[in-house]
Amino acid sequence: VSKEDSSAGFDCRVAFADELAALAKADPRVVAVCNDSVGSSNLGGFRQAFPGRLINVGIAEQNMVGVAAGLANGGLRPFVCAAAPFLTGRALEQIKADIAYSGFPVVLCGMSPGMAYGELGPTHHSIEDLAWMRAIADLAVIVPADPAETRAAMRWALAANRPCFMRIGRTKVPAVSPEDQAFELGRSVVLRRGADVTIVAIGTMVSRALDAAERLAQRGVEARVINAASVKPLDEATILAAARETRGIVTVEEAVVQGGLGSAVAELVSQTHPTPMRIIGVNGFAPTGSASYLFEHFGLTAANIAERAQDLLRTH
Amino acid sequence: LATDVAALARWRGRREAFDAAESGRRQEMLDAASTRIRRQILSTIKGAGLGHVGGDLSVTDILVTLFEGVLRIDPAHPDWPLRDRFILSKGHCAAALYSVLAECGCFSPDRLAHFAAPLSPLNGHPNRRKVPGVETNTGPLGHGLPVGVGCATAARIRAEDWRTFVVLGDGELQEGSNWEAAMYAGQRRLGNLTAVVDRNRLQQGASTADTNDLEPLADKWQAFGWEPHIVDGHSHAELLDVLSRAPGDRPRAVIANTVKGKGVSFMENGVEWHHKVPNATQYEAAMKELAS
Repeated sequence: VSKEDSSAGFDCRVAFADELAALAKADPRVVAVCNDSVGSSNLGGFRQAFPGRLINVGIAEQNMVGVAAGLANGGLRPFVCAAAPFLTGRALEQIKADIAYSGFPVVLCGMSPGMAYGELGPTHHSIEDLAWMRAIADLAVIVPADPAETRAAMRWALAANRPCFMRIGRTKVPAVSPEDQAFELGRSVVLRRGADVTIVAIGTMVSRALDAAERLAQRGVEARVINAASVKPLDEATILAAARETRGIVTVEEAVVQGGLGSAVAELVSQTHPTPMRIIGVNGFAPTGSASYLFEHFGLTAANIAERAQDLLRTH
Repeated sequence: LATDVAALARWRGRREAFDAAESGRRQEMLDAASTRIRRQILSTIKGAGLGHVGGDLSVTDILVTLFEGVLRIDPAHPDWPLRDRFILSKGHCAAALYSVLAECGCFSPDRLAHFAAPLSPLNGHPNRRKVPGVETNTGPLGHGLPVGVGCATAARIRAEDWRTFVVLGDGELQEGSNWEAAMYAGQRRLGNLTAVVDRNRLQQGASTADTNDLEPLADKWQAFGWEPHIVDGHSHAELLDVLSRAPGDRPRAVIANTVKGKGVSFMENGVEWHHKVPNATQYEAAMKELAS
């Protein structure tokens, strides 16, 4: 395990475990499926409360996802809880064929996504997951930004009765969601109004986008900040309004810059309302470093987001 | 696709007669059903101009035994929660599965003429969202057994007595995901799960022995905590005996020794008939053999 994260904020896995137990208590169909990941998925409490409803298949991700499909076939509502890189990479074809194409109501929960595993290196980073998951038809892709949104997305996913992938963050984040904000697929949340430039962010980057907007405001630039937790489907109306009403869009995500949030926004605006863009994310395999060191390394910081926004405004 | 009332009534009649019949009469009934299905497979593949005839013919007797004599299903209610689950992991043998499903009234046998046609629900590999009776979408190999393990686990969690049957190709056992599933099913002693291996000893391009030899296959299942059985995969009596036995305390692996292309002399054991389509002359000759 990587070094203790002593930064302030919330580990979304705590809210995740609590919400999963609450959902399981209210709905006997809810089961958890994991790959020897009871600890890393924070499922210890769930195992104690519902010992018969925790299916630990061992270190076997392909079987894990196939088993989840079968559990859904048998009338249960599985939440698959596994480290995001192995869930999405190792079991990609099972996610495509057994879950999405088969149309089973399984919630795939990618734990500790992005570069949360820091020093453990690129094998343990899940930065390709958004591109991989987004390419699969009929699979919703959700990246909650804080504990409240994590809980809201889980409640939505159980009720939605459809295939779904969501990231469950380990890297600590502050609360950014408005009070009692419900989650709705295909709906984003405008966290800050502004007419000069738009910053679209997800997950760990939402609080940094808000911080960047604050810095820009001090320089006389009003940035709109959108939390696009529903990466797929995207909230097209809100993004297109931003394209029309501001001078450009900066996207920021803890993922590779190919195929993720930035690509989704670019695919939309380039064909409907072309607007200048900057896509901030991860480029290439990371060097050794903690998650926070790697955020600096790849420019996933408020300072760089603000800088890129100003650069966009200067050149367009 | 909707239930075919007439085909369903015929299937129900056969199942009632089967349950009432003595062993000898049961064999005759299953033999007759297998011949009907083999002829249906050939005409379906001939019509579509594609298919996997060799594996379809090797798996036929296994499918017929299950659907005509073993599975607790109600084709009028394909979502009945307490139905037995049947998964064809070797999804490329969809023409065989569709023929059997139509035979029990899941949809009209007339629709088989649309196999693999543009926009047909009868895709080259089975799709549960379009075809009643299909439990999960298969096609890529090594997917059926993990899903079957999930079904069997669900039945256990819900304390229900339905069973899960998964039919696998033998070449397919080269996929590692099967052994992940086998290891877990053995560990959990999923007695409500049965895997049937269509052991025709040929994969797409060569024999299994010349590719990744699977032997000793029964020992492998045994070592993974399963109860292995070796049967003649073209003997309805042997298949019926093992498949209709009450669940034990371990998952069951039935290694059904079969012949690829079974029933058509010039297709039998021919590696080229994995997915070759018979021409008009070959089709007529094959149908003649299957009529006798």
